[in-house]
Amino acid sequence: MMIFAQQGDRAVDLRLGFVVLFEVCIVRLTASILPNVIKSVNIRKNFSRDYKMSTKKLRKDAFRSFVTKLISTEKVYGIQAKDEVFDFAPLESAEDLRLDYDISLGAPKKYFQPPLETLLNFEVGGAFKSEIDNEPFVLIGVHPYDMIAINQMDELFSQDNYDCHYMTRRKNATIIAVDVITPSKNIFASSMGTATVDEGFDILVTDIGDSYIMEAVTDKAMSLLSKAKDLVDATKDDLDARRKIWDKNNKGLNKHELKCKPSYLPRLLEKAYNHPVWEEKAKTCFACGSCNQVCPTCYCFNVFDEVTWDMKKGERKRSWDGCLLSGFTKVAGEHEFRNKQADRFRHRLYRKGKYIPGKIGGQIACVGCGRCINNCLPGIANPVDIYNRLVDDLGIG
Amino acid sequence: MCECCGTKKDIYLPEMATINKIKLMNGTELYLDLSMDNTPLKYTPGQFVEVSIAGIGEAPISISSSPTRKGGFELVIRKIGSLTNKIHTLKSGDKLGVRGPCGQGSYPIEEAKGRNLIFICGGIGLVPQRSFINYVLDNRDDYGEVTILQGTKCHSQRFFHSELEGWSKRDDIHFLETMDQADDCWNGNVGVVTTLIPKIESELSSSLIFVCGPPIMYKFVLMALEEDNVPHENIFLNLERRMKCGVGKCGHCQINDKYVCVDGPVFRYSDLGSVPEAI
Repeated sequence: MMIFAQQGDRAVDLRLGFVVLFEVCIVRLTASILPNVIKSVNIRKNFSRDYKMSTKKLRKDAFRSFVTKLISTEKVYGIQAKDEVFDFAPLESAEDLRLDYDISLGAPKKYFQPPLETLLNFEVGGAFKSEIDNEPFVLIGVHPYDMIAINQMDELFSQDNYDCHYMTRRKNATIIAVDVITPSKNIFASSMGTATVDEGFDILVTDIGDSYIMEAVTDKAMSLLSKAKDLVDATKDDLDARRKIWDKNNKGLNKHELKCKPSYLPRLLEKAYNHPVWEEKAKTCFACGSCNQVCPTCYCFNVFDEVTWDMKKGERKRSWDGCLLSGFTKVAGEHEFRNKQADRFRHRLYRKGKYIPGKIGGQIACVGCGRCINNCLPGIANPVDIYNRLVDDLGIG
Repeated sequence: MCECCGTKKDIYLPEMATINKIKLMNGTELYLDLSMDNTPLKYTPGQFVEVSIAGIGEAPISISSSPTRKGGFELVIRKIGSLTNKIHTLKSGDKLGVRGPCGQGSYPIEEAKGRNLIFICGGIGLVPQRSFINYVLDNRDDYGEVTILQGTKCHSQRFFHSELEGWSKRDDIHFLETMDQADDCWNGNVGVVTTLIPKIESELSSSLIFVCGPPIMYKFVLMALEEDNVPHENIFLNLERRMKCGVGKCGHCQINDKYVCVDGPVFRYSDLGSVPEAI
């Protein structure tokens, strides 16, 4: 911790705060793309959404009134600023909402898989009872790459063994996504095909100057929008303006350019297992797990019991964990299976580029948000640097 | 039933089981016979359960009994951490939380029929193997020659004494045992378990070979089997890893693209060709 504190960097301090707050961390990069066949199937399966579409326009002042109304009737979380840093937090005033943000410090995954949550409660030594967080909420300001990450998490938590803790929160959420208008310093969503999003949200908001285009695709969204005054149909010119923003983002959210199509990454990694890049990068890795923590597609977790002071009652909890942390694979008897930092570092990149894609129809589990780059102290986490190095050394094809 | 969705079960919710019998088998290994309080546990050899005590925690434990034996199910639990230390204080009639069975239980029950079978066990690696060994012994006519190699660190850590003695007396089992360390109480073989491999009478290359033991053991057993040109398709490894959820979510037991908890814990060696983290 001292090492970090001495850096005196503000972003670092914030990141550290995270680490201290939640103790643990998680893993995985972001991103992806490919025809979203699996995703669509999944969304319909999980949420039974009726895909109605209504594209409206709302002036910004009317949008603020709409958000104010939402806050008066719903639990609302929204993107807001603290000094120059943005993050999602309970929204108390529409004035605090900052849809012009570049990147949030943490990913919105925390509303579906909180850093610390209760799974079960019990009397010590007795039987267990499920504890389910069942409160509906509205989440405003999710960027397309984060929406795609949430879509991937939905699939991972619902496939095979259905995780009702995650899925209940997800079903209770109404997501108002927003297209990016301020690119963050390390975003590479264009490279990953995640600069725009087609599904998963209830409403997609696009800033076209003095108004927002509001595309509502679910019944929940329609019902929310009925609270908005002065909503008008979007004109062809409005839709053209939105199209221009999409076209611009699909090319321009690219501070780091991946030299191959993301769909090639699984094949690239197929031949990169023993490449020297893992050792080279991991040499300066602090094993702090920050990359895990801020990644929107890292979802590994720890499970443990906590009891009350009188040892009578308690809760089984889960918290974020991270595959970069030493001890992640340690078993009773102290044997640690993935005991080299280079192996842990490689594992994270393989999760993003090969292993998770194998579980979600080929989508790459790095959505190009760049948070790992923003938060890595030794500056080794940039997935594009690594993948491009592999492309240079190993070629394509 | 899960409160949230009405239909889907909470995959993290243990059910209660009662201890029918409990017995310390040596200084560290505790034998438990358990029955689920509600629905009986249906399992196949190779599967495991997540065992809980509310307030202490949960850990994955191999099922040691064979589903061919009626009654409850058996576990053997080494005293090594906070949960297992607590379990060692329990007595008959006490309760434990149990989730499962977990894993595929991928011992090849059908494929093994008519084949010669070799079980190579190191220490408490015997515990999960015993599930399939007893399954085979209860269907003895279905299987060919059965060889069991058991290696134990020292004589004081031996367990299942009477069962091992029973196996050693049967003429339809080749049972070979060794201790890593010589001991006044032990007159048998001394050396690690791989020193028993040359003594196997069955033809190695055509037998199905099942391996379970401490992490270090796999490498050396596989080297020995490699020398005898045993096809990788014929070797099955029962792997141990850190686990939390047991249902393929938490990420701890992942070895490359496989999850030991849901894809294993028994793996065919030839399926691990692209899984360098397995061994």
